[in-house]
Amino acid sequence: MSTITAPLSALVHDSRVMVRRGLQTSMRNPEAFFIALALPVALMLLFVYVFGGAMSTGGAYVDYVVPGIILLCAGFGAGTTAASVSHDMTHGVVDRFRSMPIAAGSVIVGHVVASVVRNALATTLVIAVALLIGWQPTAGPGEWVAAIGMLTLFILALSWAAAAVGLVARTPESANMVTMVLAFLPYVSTAFVPADTLPSALRGFAEHQPMTPIIETLRGLWMGTPIGDQAWWALGWCGAILAVSAVASARLFRRRTS
Amino acid sequence: MAYTVEVEGLTKSYGSTEVLRGVDLVIQSGTVHGLLGANGAGKTTLVRILATLLGHDGGTARVDGHDVAAEPALVRRAISLTGQYAAVDEVLTARENLLMVARLRRLGRTHAAARTRELVDRFGLAAIADRRASTYSGGQRRRLDLAMSMVVPPTLLFLDEPTTGLDPRSRDQVWATVRELADTGVTVLLTTQYLEEADQLADRVSVLDGGRVVAEGTPEELKTQVAGDVVRLTYGDATAYEAALVAVGAGVPEATGDPVLLTLDVPSDGSPESLRHLLDVLGAVDALPRRVGMHSPSLDDVFLSLTAPSQESFR
Repeated sequence: MSTITAPLSALVHDSRVMVRRGLQTSMRNPEAFFIALALPVALMLLFVYVFGGAMSTGGAYVDYVVPGIILLCAGFGAGTTAASVSHDMTHGVVDRFRSMPIAAGSVIVGHVVASVVRNALATTLVIAVALLIGWQPTAGPGEWVAAIGMLTLFILALSWAAAAVGLVARTPESANMVTMVLAFLPYVSTAFVPADTLPSALRGFAEHQPMTPIIETLRGLWMGTPIGDQAWWALGWCGAILAVSAVASARLFRRRTS
Repeated sequence: MAYTVEVEGLTKSYGSTEVLRGVDLVIQSGTVHGLLGANGAGKTTLVRILATLLGHDGGTARVDGHDVAAEPALVRRAISLTGQYAAVDEVLTARENLLMVARLRRLGRTHAAARTRELVDRFGLAAIADRRASTYSGGQRRRLDLAMSMVVPPTLLFLDEPTTGLDPRSRDQVWATVRELADTGVTVLLTTQYLEEADQLADRVSVLDGGRVVAEGTPEELKTQVAGDVVRLTYGDATAYEAALVAVGAGVPEATGDPVLLTLDVPSDGSPESLRHLLDVLGAVDALPRRVGMHSPSLDDVFLSLTAPSQESFR
């Protein structure tokens, strides 16, 4: 049918409009943005200066903890994303979008891209503060590019998962609460302590949950610790989360019609 | 094409609750059609099906010649939806909202900006165009909502309870805007629970009750369907009221009384002779009323006589 002559170019065009909307919206909520930036930095200072003395990770604790803080930070960011998707879905504006001749995916793509941009800013700040307080990565340019690529993929996957949560949730508040789980996952991983310090039950979980390979990969790239097959696990997890979330959110967006 | 909307035998259930039980509706192109019904009568469900937001179970619905189920993309090109809860992005300003819709409707940058300026002026949004929509009054928000619906003038404009919750002044402004839009030739499907609104704006009205259209016609036709003009006699005490009821009822069986309000409605052509005759009858039994007035049926009377005792929805 002639109306769907170029679905991809329509998706790209409409998504650009929606990304602009998402970024405008993000900038209009300075409190949430400030908290999203300040909280991870405060957490990092807390871990490095308060708990750090008691941790024995073989070296400066800041060198160990940076990847974990970045993932925590992304978890908080996911809460904002889920809440803003849910807000859209529970307000009149989504009816307008859905009754317009636009690409269905563009609304969610707009949210996801805005989420990635917000998270990238927060991550950059965390890295800058880490460098200021003595983080000394050994990575060369190649490793930095790989680490940034890994992080971007992770943030993209997490943002899309958060968007799917936002589509399912009945209220923005509950969407935010659900994603709190994501913010807690790094605690039961190798983010803050090596897995062999955990009790055996937790250790099994920590070694097999997605956060651990991502953290180990980032740490390996930045600090030169062994990565082994962790990078493949990290890529696999992120790819799987991304694929499932993208398909699920496309379906949920169409289904949430009544 | 003569008809912008053609609905036949449309049904929709949520679980075991039948919301639409076979709705038939046609709307002539270029007219304003009022869809009148109490809360829970199925108005919003019908609008959502026609706007491709909701699937239906049985029957057919065509908008601008396209089946809503089979060709939703074509239907979406022909419609604009102005929702019960204004469909605006509250975080953005009026200008940004309009620009966003213009870009989504594939207007080029300069064209989109020009169209935005035009609509800001036309819908009286100039003073607030650069404030966030969340700071607007109800009336301002509805006007922005309407402006967004007119970025690309649609073939069919849905106005789903456009004045619910507005103060009288804002309501009058929205009405004026709707009349202007109607004059441009756009077909309007207006849902409302206010009969006055349908009377003011609609060329034809369908009364929806219990998921069915129970009456259809121009507001005038509907009014004559119920009853003609009546003389309304108002009493101050029950004894005189009872006496009058008996005396009048003997000659005019169509007369109806309200024992609570102590009023008696007697069909009448309003001529002096018939009034004199009526008062003579009453005077003979010593039951002259406290007040006498002529009363023409309103759409309220139509509505109350046509619809079942109100089934409020507590959704």
